[in-house]
Amino acid sequence: MRLFYHLGRYYILISKVFAKPERYKMYYRQTLRELELQGINSIGIVVIISIFVGAVITIQTNYNIENPLLPRYLIGVGVRDMLLLEFSSTMVALILAGKVGSSISSELGTMRITEQIDALEIMGVNSASFLILPKIIATMLFFPLLTIISLFVGMGGGYLTALITNVSTPQEFIYGLQYGFYPHYFTYALQKMVVFAFLITTISAYHGYYAEGSSLEVGKSSTRAVVQSCIFILMFNLILTKLILD
Amino acid sequence: MIEVRNISKTFGKNRVLDDISILFEKGKTNLVIGKSGSGKTVLLKSLVGLHEVDKGMILFDERDFTSMNFKQRKSLRKEFGMLFQGAALFDSYTVEENVKYPLDMFTEISYAEKLERVNFCLHRVDMDKTNALYPAELSGGMKKRVGIARAIALNPIYLFCDEPNSGLDPQTAIRIDKLIKNITEEFDITTIVNTHDMNSVMEIGDKVVFIFEGLKCWEGTKHEILKADNRYLNDFVFATNLTKTLKKVQAKKEK
Repeated sequence: MRLFYHLGRYYILISKVFAKPERYKMYYRQTLRELELQGINSIGIVVIISIFVGAVITIQTNYNIENPLLPRYLIGVGVRDMLLLEFSSTMVALILAGKVGSSISSELGTMRITEQIDALEIMGVNSASFLILPKIIATMLFFPLLTIISLFVGMGGGYLTALITNVSTPQEFIYGLQYGFYPHYFTYALQKMVVFAFLITTISAYHGYYAEGSSLEVGKSSTRAVVQSCIFILMFNLILTKLILD
Repeated sequence: MIEVRNISKTFGKNRVLDDISILFEKGKTNLVIGKSGSGKTVLLKSLVGLHEVDKGMILFDERDFTSMNFKQRKSLRKEFGMLFQGAALFDSYTVEENVKYPLDMFTEISYAEKLERVNFCLHRVDMDKTNALYPAELSGGMKKRVGIARAIALNPIYLFCDEPNSGLDPQTAIRIDKLIKNITEEFDITTIVNTHDMNSVMEIGDKVVFIFEGLKCWEGTKHEILKADNRYLNDFVFATNLTKTLKKVQAKKEK
């Protein structure tokens, strides 16, 4: 019963979010603000993690293809496909669920308990739409860009590691990156990320928007937002993989 | 003028407002007093539509708020101004952006006109030259004053204040009270103030309504309150040793 209660309330919130904006100019300004907060401010963490993951994948792939009959360019192939198919979309989405999801949930939760959301409502503003829609637009636009950044930085990390540890020549590694490339994998990763961006933002916003009580509750709703975002990302990863790749 | 007719509100099994009827007059500072948990805030939030009443009517100059649809309510709310207990300023906006927000959202005037209006409102609450500050850089009293400036930015017809003095020192509290009273008289608006501060009552209470356990227990003026023979009201008003002593002194004088 509790699940249906939350599903119903989530649906009501989303229908309020996608109502006609009162003033497009204000929404546009708010969206730019969110692009910076949720998108540009996330580049750093995505870059750092992607470099190291690219490097680790290179070493692990090398460890698994020590057979002299296997060509060395397979390291490049492994790095590219692992990043493209899973890391730069799903794993980066899980990382962003932690960073962006908790930020959205705690921001809205704090606004709720300090009556800032009530203040908007009393002014006659659709608070759900004004606060949440710009976040959805910003993350759905910017997160796919983070996937692309992660992909290239991860491959760069792998390339540098291959060079430093001498597991393959630069030519072999770059040949591997290009070998048997399916452009469809790229669109698959971007499509997944757009869906994950929507899930992270709306689930986190839902928990923050309906937070009640004290600052302790804001913390709890933030934790709930991250955990549920992660679960839904993994569920939708399975569903989308089946739908898009099959 | 705001007229409340027989409104009731329950949360689960707890009846918070019980068949309350009040007339809040225009151009006057109407005070709703009562101890914590008596139903004051629920009454105020019901008036502005943040809570739905179970029964009864709320009339804003003969317009029935309770029977309005979402769009009609949204339109009427543009005539509201509200000062919250914690001021409820938007943390990520500067003072200027906070006061300008309703103007940006609901008016077509130019940027220069908006700025002029913002500066007028800030000047009215003695907050000149604070435009670039963020709420985190303001004291409690300053936040309240910016909250008032934002509330009057769109020339409201109805002003609601939820415990405007909470957390303020007595001098700042009196300053906020006087500001609310002056604005009410200057703009001829209907103001409702929720408070449990007796200083406020004696300072600005044109009309006072006492709520006790969800019921309207007493109403009158600030002059009548000291002579009222309502037991619950007297327990509330003369709760401190200071006020009890004052009452004894006054009684002696009258004898």
